[in-house]
Amino acid sequence: MRRLLPALLLLSCFGISTLHADTVARTSQVTLTLLAEPAGYTPGRPLWLALRFDLIPQWHVYWRNPGDSGEAPRVAWQLPGGWRGGELQWPVPQRIAVGPLLNYGYADSVMLLAEVTPAAAATGAAALHADVRWLVCREECIPQQARLDLTLSVADDGTTTDPRFDAARARLPGALGGDADYRVADGRIRLRLTGGGLTPAADAALWFAADRWGPIAPSAPQRWAIDGDRLTLDLAAGEVPPSAAEPLSGLLVVGDDASRRGYTVSARAAPADDRTRTASGDSHAATIGLALAIGLAFVGGLLLNLMPCVLPVLSIKLLSLVGRHDGHTGRHGIAYSAGVLLTFALLAALLSSLRATGAMLGWGFQLQEPVIVVALMYLMLTLGMNLSGVFGFGGGLAGVGQTAAGRPGLRGSFASGVLAVVVASPCTAPFMGTALGYALTRPVMESTLVFVALGTGFALPLLLLSLQPAWLRLLPRPGPWMERLRQALAFPLYATAAWLLWVLSQQLAAGPLAAALAGGVLLAFGLWWLGQTWRRTWSRRLPAAVLLTGGLVCAVVAATPDRGERASGGAAADAWSTGRVAQLRAAGAPVLVNFTAAWCITCKVNEQVALDTRAVVETLDAHGVAYLKADWTRRDAKITAELQRHGRSGVPLYLLYAAGDPEPRVLPQLLTERSVLDAIADIGIGKPEKTP
Amino acid sequence: MNIRGLLTLLLAGLAGPLCAAPQIGQAAPDFAGTDTAGQVQRLSDYHGRTVVLEWTNHDCPYVRKHYGSGTMQALQRDAVAQGVVWLSIISSAPGKQGHVSAAQADALTRDRDASPSAVVLDEQGEIGRLYGAKTTPHMFVVDADGVLRYMGGIDSISSADPADIATAQPYVRTVLAQLASGEPVQPAVTRPYGCSVKY
Repeated sequence: MRRLLPALLLLSCFGISTLHADTVARTSQVTLTLLAEPAGYTPGRPLWLALRFDLIPQWHVYWRNPGDSGEAPRVAWQLPGGWRGGELQWPVPQRIAVGPLLNYGYADSVMLLAEVTPAAAATGAAALHADVRWLVCREECIPQQARLDLTLSVADDGTTTDPRFDAARARLPGALGGDADYRVADGRIRLRLTGGGLTPAADAALWFAADRWGPIAPSAPQRWAIDGDRLTLDLAAGEVPPSAAEPLSGLLVVGDDASRRGYTVSARAAPADDRTRTASGDSHAATIGLALAIGLAFVGGLLLNLMPCVLPVLSIKLLSLVGRHDGHTGRHGIAYSAGVLLTFALLAALLSSLRATGAMLGWGFQLQEPVIVVALMYLMLTLGMNLSGVFGFGGGLAGVGQTAAGRPGLRGSFASGVLAVVVASPCTAPFMGTALGYALTRPVMESTLVFVALGTGFALPLLLLSLQPAWLRLLPRPGPWMERLRQALAFPLYATAAWLLWVLSQQLAAGPLAAALAGGVLLAFGLWWLGQTWRRTWSRRLPAAVLLTGGLVCAVVAATPDRGERASGGAAADAWSTGRVAQLRAAGAPVLVNFTAAWCITCKVNEQVALDTRAVVETLDAHGVAYLKADWTRRDAKITAELQRHGRSGVPLYLLYAAGDPEPRVLPQLLTERSVLDAIADIGIGKPEKTP
Repeated sequence: MNIRGLLTLLLAGLAGPLCAAPQIGQAAPDFAGTDTAGQVQRLSDYHGRTVVLEWTNHDCPYVRKHYGSGTMQALQRDAVAQGVVWLSIISSAPGKQGHVSAAQADALTRDRDASPSAVVLDEQGEIGRLYGAKTTPHMFVVDADGVLRYMGGIDSISSADPADIATAQPYVRTVLAQLASGEPVQPAVTRPYGCSVKY
């Protein structure tokens, strides 16, 4: 089918109309052919030219926008006087991944088309020249060029078609009806096509390529969803995002193989409307005011006093104050408050600096580290055994524990303030999700203010009691009941230890868990020994030290297993991933995502009273809502990132995606069955059809 | 979908982190890379000086265009003479085109009469990914305050033909002049052109 140039020229010179007028140039990678259809021209009647690249395997040439790298072929035509046209028309490209980069181009074979119109007065043989430059790449690239000459004679019949051109025209992009608009927000572009008549399969490879460099990032993953006649794509903006004044134009491509189809898209910038403002303002972190955050933090701090992991510590402190009546209670209250505030300020500073170094952290992260959980569990066990009277704190043992028992001295009061905050930290997330999320996304000064407000609320009740000894006297007089109460208060601590153990069981395999338990037994044994040898010589007490050390060694062994050896809990819901959400939404399914963690009590309560109730389960099922769980029991960077995207620094978070709506609704942190059912009804999928 | 399609999608998915390109007007990401002398080069070490980052691969035709004609070396000389720090960064992975040892890199600098302040060997591609470097050459200019002021091409004509250099707008040279005279940098973002970085 390709003829040699001399033969062709010879034929042309004789004025013999050839079937195909081809000229060819060859490099090691490319055979480039210049073709015309029809092979002869008719004055004034448009004809097609084509540059056909035939490539050896693995090599490719580029589309008009080559993507992250590369370069599109270019042609400079030299046409006879009076001839017009020659702009290249590009077939639908394929995506070509090169490492982490993405190119648009063609492998195997491609025909770039150009329509030209001969001069109406043209006569005789017409000499056409094409100077072609192109870049051909496997992973390495070679710039190449060729000059192709083609001589066309006047043809009697200017309507002959060439099947190769028919095939090439079939690979040009088609037009899409309907309307297209786009909107840029936060580095993302939402491209919306309405009424285009496209009905891609749910698992189709559907992607958008801008027709020039800049507006979108070619290598970024794209998400799409279809809802009725509306197709929405979520794209990452490129280095030069489109400005409102210009359309976003490019190709929408369905498929990645040879049968792919492409459609030209020119989307106008959508005017801003209230709906999107609400959607983009959905991020709590961005909108909640500083004053509101401080107020919330203060109330949250007050409520913290009632949390089960705090109350025992406070009660102990209170008992020591009751026992004092020495006129110095106010000073102790202030010392305690100072301890609380300083610890909260330190936590704020710590979080800020961690955030500054880019660590993906969220509130509650302490409990994602097994070593912290083990340490807290042992602390609870130790404090509990102390309350139970197994041993008493003397000089020299952990100062923190000392203060819990109401050790005298202002330093003790200060330290118990510190301890109260440390012990309270697992309880803060449920109340403080929004305020802490706010704090984590704000400048250091503002986040410190929020934390200090939290601490103020936390310290206030005890401070008031200590400053008003009159109120303190309303409390019962000291007596033997105190010892009983003290022993009774050990049980909330044991309960806390049991809960921590359960958290640990979510994080560790059986072996390390057993080590942690054995460590607990050694610790208890050591503490008992300590109690028995109280006021004895150091040599008698040495075994206690050995036992305690053994317990700590066990803890370290338990807490440093290989990560990821344990799968997350076997809940009925599917595991969450952004990909899974995109997939489900692509399939047109509404999605409910539950961000939870084993150590998050609010999450568990919400699941019990709302999410796992029969009514909700049946409603979800009846309306095809996919239910996904994101388990944050262990640190997970992807989940942390998603939480932050929604202005949260901790669980719980509930997202409800309506079919076809790019932004999810955020459900309240405290769920009721009613609120979940209403939310499902609200997105228009929940009202069960009444069957007659 | 065929295997190639799946593969493409998979690779496109893995490419996610690369799209987090640095932002003009924001602090340029700090990095620590080893140069050919075994010294650690940190962006933060050069606070107070303008820094040019040049992604390079000596076998890439587009890089050869600018070194073969001597324009890249001239730009380096002029920049360094003005007190600018010029870091050439090689992010080619071992076994890929453009990957060189420290000695080879030094030989290239010598043979081409180039004058970078240092050549940073980034064979893991960490700095490249941090900056979203896509092509060789791909140029970044960071001002004395550590703020990214320019990212994109070395000049305005995307081709491997040295004959185009004379008529192209010399973006990086312009940016350095604008920074030196305190003018706003314009344009601040252009299309980087060239071979892909061989991560």
